[in-house]
Amino acid sequence: MIRFLRRTGGENQRDKALKDKFEFNKTVQHGFPHQPSALAYDQVLQIMAIGTKNGSITIYGAPGVEFSARYKEVVSIMQLHFLPGQGRIVALLDNSLISLWEVLDKGGQSELSHKQDFTIPCQPGALPSVTRPTALCVSAAGDKLYIGSEAGSVHVLQLSSSQFDDVLSQEGALQSLPEEYRVGKALGAVEAIREDPRASTSILVGYTRGLLLLWDLNRRSLQRCLPGTQQLESVHWSPSGQQVTCSYSDGSYQVWSLDDSEEQRVPSLLYGPYPCKAITKIQRFITSGCTFVVFSGGMPRASFGDRHCVTVMHEHEHVAFDFTSRVVDFFTVSGAKPGTVLDEPKVLVVLVEEELVAIDLMAPGWPSLTPPYLASLHSSAITCSHHVSAIPSKLWERIVACGVQQKEKHSSAEWPINGGVMKSQKRTSRDLLLTGHEDGSVRFWDASGVALQPLYKLSTASVFVTEADQPEPIQETDEGHWPPFRKVGCFDPYSDDPRLGIQKISLCKFSGQLALAGSAGQVLLMELNDESTEHEINTYTMDLLEENETFRWKGHDRLIIRSGPVPLPAGYQPQLVVQAMPPASLTALALQAEWHLLAFGTSHGFGLFDCHQRKSVLTKCTLHPNDALALEGPLSRVKSLKKSLRQSFRRMRKSRTTARKRPDPTTKVREANARLAEQDLPGEVELAPVQRRVEARSPDDSFTGMVKCLYFADTFLRDGSHHGPSLWAGTNAGVVYAYSLEIPTPEHRNEQPIHARFGKEIQLMHRAPVLALAVLDGKSSPLPEPLEVLHDLAKSPDLHGHHSLLIVSEEQFKIFMLPKVNSKHKFKLTATEGSRIRKASLVWLGTPPSGNSAGTSGIVTGNDEAVETCLVCLTNQGDVHGYSLPSLRLQARFSCMRKEDVTGISSCVFTHAGQGFYLISPSQFERFSVSAASVTELLCSLQPREPEAIHPLPIPEYSPTVNQVKPEDAVGTKKRGRVMENALLTDSRVLEEIQETLNASPPIKVDIDMNQNH
Amino acid sequence: MAKNHRGQTRHGSEIEVKSKFGAEFRRFSIVRAKPGRFDEFYQLVQHVHRVPTSELIVGYADIHGDLLPINNDDNFFKAVSTAAPLLRVIVQRKEDADYNAFGTNSTLRKRKGLTGFPGLLKTHERPRPTRDISLPQDFRPVSSIIDVDILPETVRRVKLYKQGSDRPLGFYIRDGTSLRVTPRGIEKAPAVFISRLVPGGLAESTGLIAVNDEVLEVNGIEVAGKTLDQVTDMMVANSRNLIITVRPVNQRVAGGGGTLTSPAAVVTTTTTTMTTRSTNGLLLPGPPEPGSYVIGNFTDVDSEAESDDDVIIEGGAGSLAERITAEASEMEGPNGEAWLHSGNDQGRWSSEQALNGSARSEAVQHRVESTAGATAYGGHQRHSMEEDGTVITL
Repeated sequence: MIRFLRRTGGENQRDKALKDKFEFNKTVQHGFPHQPSALAYDQVLQIMAIGTKNGSITIYGAPGVEFSARYKEVVSIMQLHFLPGQGRIVALLDNSLISLWEVLDKGGQSELSHKQDFTIPCQPGALPSVTRPTALCVSAAGDKLYIGSEAGSVHVLQLSSSQFDDVLSQEGALQSLPEEYRVGKALGAVEAIREDPRASTSILVGYTRGLLLLWDLNRRSLQRCLPGTQQLESVHWSPSGQQVTCSYSDGSYQVWSLDDSEEQRVPSLLYGPYPCKAITKIQRFITSGCTFVVFSGGMPRASFGDRHCVTVMHEHEHVAFDFTSRVVDFFTVSGAKPGTVLDEPKVLVVLVEEELVAIDLMAPGWPSLTPPYLASLHSSAITCSHHVSAIPSKLWERIVACGVQQKEKHSSAEWPINGGVMKSQKRTSRDLLLTGHEDGSVRFWDASGVALQPLYKLSTASVFVTEADQPEPIQETDEGHWPPFRKVGCFDPYSDDPRLGIQKISLCKFSGQLALAGSAGQVLLMELNDESTEHEINTYTMDLLEENETFRWKGHDRLIIRSGPVPLPAGYQPQLVVQAMPPASLTALALQAEWHLLAFGTSHGFGLFDCHQRKSVLTKCTLHPNDALALEGPLSRVKSLKKSLRQSFRRMRKSRTTARKRPDPTTKVREANARLAEQDLPGEVELAPVQRRVEARSPDDSFTGMVKCLYFADTFLRDGSHHGPSLWAGTNAGVVYAYSLEIPTPEHRNEQPIHARFGKEIQLMHRAPVLALAVLDGKSSPLPEPLEVLHDLAKSPDLHGHHSLLIVSEEQFKIFMLPKVNSKHKFKLTATEGSRIRKASLVWLGTPPSGNSAGTSGIVTGNDEAVETCLVCLTNQGDVHGYSLPSLRLQARFSCMRKEDVTGISSCVFTHAGQGFYLISPSQFERFSVSAASVTELLCSLQPREPEAIHPLPIPEYSPTVNQVKPEDAVGTKKRGRVMENALLTDSRVLEEIQETLNASPPIKVDIDMNQNH
Repeated sequence: MAKNHRGQTRHGSEIEVKSKFGAEFRRFSIVRAKPGRFDEFYQLVQHVHRVPTSELIVGYADIHGDLLPINNDDNFFKAVSTAAPLLRVIVQRKEDADYNAFGTNSTLRKRKGLTGFPGLLKTHERPRPTRDISLPQDFRPVSSIIDVDILPETVRRVKLYKQGSDRPLGFYIRDGTSLRVTPRGIEKAPAVFISRLVPGGLAESTGLIAVNDEVLEVNGIEVAGKTLDQVTDMMVANSRNLIITVRPVNQRVAGGGGTLTSPAAVVTTTTTTMTTRSTNGLLLPGPPEPGSYVIGNFTDVDSEAESDDDVIIEGGAGSLAERITAEASEMEGPNGEAWLHSGNDQGRWSSEQALNGSARSEAVQHRVESTAGATAYGGHQRHSMEEDGTVITL
């Protein structure tokens, strides 16, 4: 405290300036919403909406156009319906509430805001079924909402006045029915309501029991009765208005022709003759001379009841698209030309529980179309992530090119949903987010903009011999060709081998080298190759236990590299594999491309490998002799679970396809056991109170030897006059090891070996795990990245002043002077407030990264004063703290996530510019920013038409709905600190921008033209 | 290599002595098996420091970092037998000797007391007691009650001396509810309580902490509003020098309801006799309080005796002087605890060394001067030069 008071004056001013550079914003969510439950599409505005089980609604338009809102309470969204062209959406919730949401323009940008809630009016004391809505239908004009209830009545809600003005009760409907249709007592709940596409005065009401009534609202009389006999699932009225298709719960569907009342087709059971599952939704269009049928479900119950399918039939083509997760809903985007009676489904968009899949129905063979957003991040579970900012354009282009090659099988059609205008700034730098996955793949994402776009997928599994190489007899053979399945989507939660999982990623953006560290001690050094090749991959084994006989590894085996030449597709190709022994999961990784060195660590120790001469330089065992847990390898248990899960799924499938006559004799035993177990669990079992042991950290704790971080630095390790390469390693027990490296001059690099000499060992007294290490130069700015200076992208570090070492442990930060290692500054976080550091990163605050590739972390922007380096960390309480360097004083503190959100905290990754990502669900990244200068946020607008403008239906000329933006706006007017950037844009670029926005006129609105025709 | 080196010196037959007199250091060695008598040693010290006529007070740093006197054969033998293998001797002139320096943690830097922390009663300067009693002997406290004079009666601030003992802290904490008297009446508030004492642990052996005591502060920082995990982490982070302020379970009956922050709330009404016992509303009698309000044997001015005592082990061609000290600290044993303890002093010594000129030249000087008393030392020292793994402590 005295020290605090003593240090005033100049530094305080600097700190104050730094304080202003902090600003916390949660900006964008990337990825795919968790547990989606509803889907809607607005053909007029070209936008779609997804609702989830936890009450969030997100509207997606053109890439970068997103509006998101969320209910405060946890409610599940059952249905979503757009009011066409109005930018309004109706949501049906599981608590029987109907909400109206609206996209409102607020200061040039739009937001989704809640407008009103409705409930079905009823007499007091009525049954809950009276007020429970089961079906909603928005009139084509968007002025009325038809609400069907579980009790079987249909209410008409005037949206302009929010009044319920008409009711078609079930009794009324029954009375008007002809005698012969009055079978049974009740019709059941309203299952579907459709408005007549030709005239808005009549509606078609489908009841659960199967009966469909065409009701004239003006005359309040029954027009037509369609006597379906099965339990109704869904109804589709073809846009031309002539045919009604309904699907039933027994897997059949039926087409009713309204023009020719004589024609009554029998229900067709497509995948019969054995019992089938329900067709949950059907759409049937009449295209040029042919029908186009799309439906979900309907699979034969016994053999393929576990498949999640959407079937598409057109002429002779028939495909059952087979998804890996449950189908929530689907819609088709129409590509019909105006004035035609026909309807041309252009793109089929299917929302399944774990991803969004689009299928191009115009292209031959119906290839899938990659959506520009809603990428399924978790197609295999994310195990780690790594962010690299300001990628040089050359490397970027090569990665993109490799990604394009991978997508050759995909449709090249444009994304059809492109409503709204993105006003966010165009990309200012090329930022890459790399996610490592459980199946050994690494995905490269373009993280520069508001939409996280997949660029390239790298798989390491092909390098190793895995279980998948000896596949079980594939079931495809006994499945035959009916139904004609086709696997689509990329969500595959089952990893072939958990040892493949990627634990650490290190990418050198200047050399393009990539190092990957996996779960079974494998470290792969990859290089980008634009051509596909076939070559042998060499393995170099390094024993981290240093042949100590007393230790015995009891965990999983190492992965076996394929012998002989391995065919490698273009893209990142492994150059060599370093195998750490024992094959424990890698816990730290550092790549120094300038010195061609690779360092890696496990819970047993760390090793240094010379990639140039391809030989081991150093191994160091950090394992405590008593640490039995570190030798167990926790992965083995995970593996067996996964494996059994996978096998049980296969068994299940098999048993369903074959015979399932005999009941399992063990079932009874199991049931009896379960009953017994319940009795054994009496209520009086006392729950032990939650208590925590208070004990000092001891060297005998488990995993003390785990290497948490590795760091290369050119600094003063031995004395104050000579600097040189050094390697630093921090462990779980608060020990930092430093080695000085003698690297031969370039001309002798080939023959002379690299020497690593033990330099220092620092034991932090509080013994907390060391999370990060960094060396600060004489001006207290961190040393540049390898090769950064060589590429003229950073100033060379100040080698005259005193270097200092920053150690971030879980409990405190410390700065030591080098080479003497005397403590200079420190900050004890845990001792004073009880929170512990989980993630820490050095961040450059100030000038936003400039547009050219030279803008690495904004260091060399010439405006040196504007950039400040600071330390940003995330605590186990979910708070983000910002500290000044080197004084280590708290400058800013923001609450970022809940402290219970363990995955969120552990998945957090910071960028150089002060942004961060963390997982809010297995499939979603939340993006946040602590820097006032670097904010990637959604700025977009949607310009809906006023309801009145639509109301008189015939609109002679339909003006573009979305592009009424002034050119200045289109360039992007981000108020804070962005004005300068805009001024820098050359005139030609501004012009280009304007042209782009003007050219992107909206596709033709079919529905409206149709209505005109009738 | 470091390991070999360590093994060699530990079983060496001679003991290195590093004697400090003012800013001067002298090094010599004595044979462990035949250390001689105290007066011989005394004369040797007088000789190497070239003060043959002055009366000296000789002390040494024991393995716990405490400065203990050498003034007779017994404690000289004790000093020799416990030195492993470096014996750090501190020599003072009798006339300017500071007797208070002797005792526990005496080699640590003196720090300001805990009194300056926020959330406490007003502090008043306590005059530092000058004790005129004989030099403390070879014993050490494991705990003490501190700040008795500035805290409300119902609150007890206990300091656990973890350092220097290999005993575990040995207690558990849990969540609970505490009743507090406020101007608005009695309020329930979540609080943290001691839930269990490990038999044989430091906490139990002190007798100052009991099950169901409410934890109010950890090292002067209030725990109100913090979760159990946070409080646990705070205690672990401070475990080397843990000061916890508790409201003892048997004190609550005595009418202490006031929170620490608002002493005015210590109302004398009978309602405050309501116990602040929590979970199931039972008043659990605490264990008997042995010898409550025992003030620690030693002054608590160094209560926040935390220090930058991280150990730094130097490798390679460090300077000679550094290496000598490093050897010593390496020999302190695998836990290193003891050495760390006295780290501050050592740090100061090293900086003094630096002031005295180049470390190397000083070391040479040592060697020359110590030839009289220590024969083998120089050779040994030079031998160690070829080895790496030296240590410098701060």
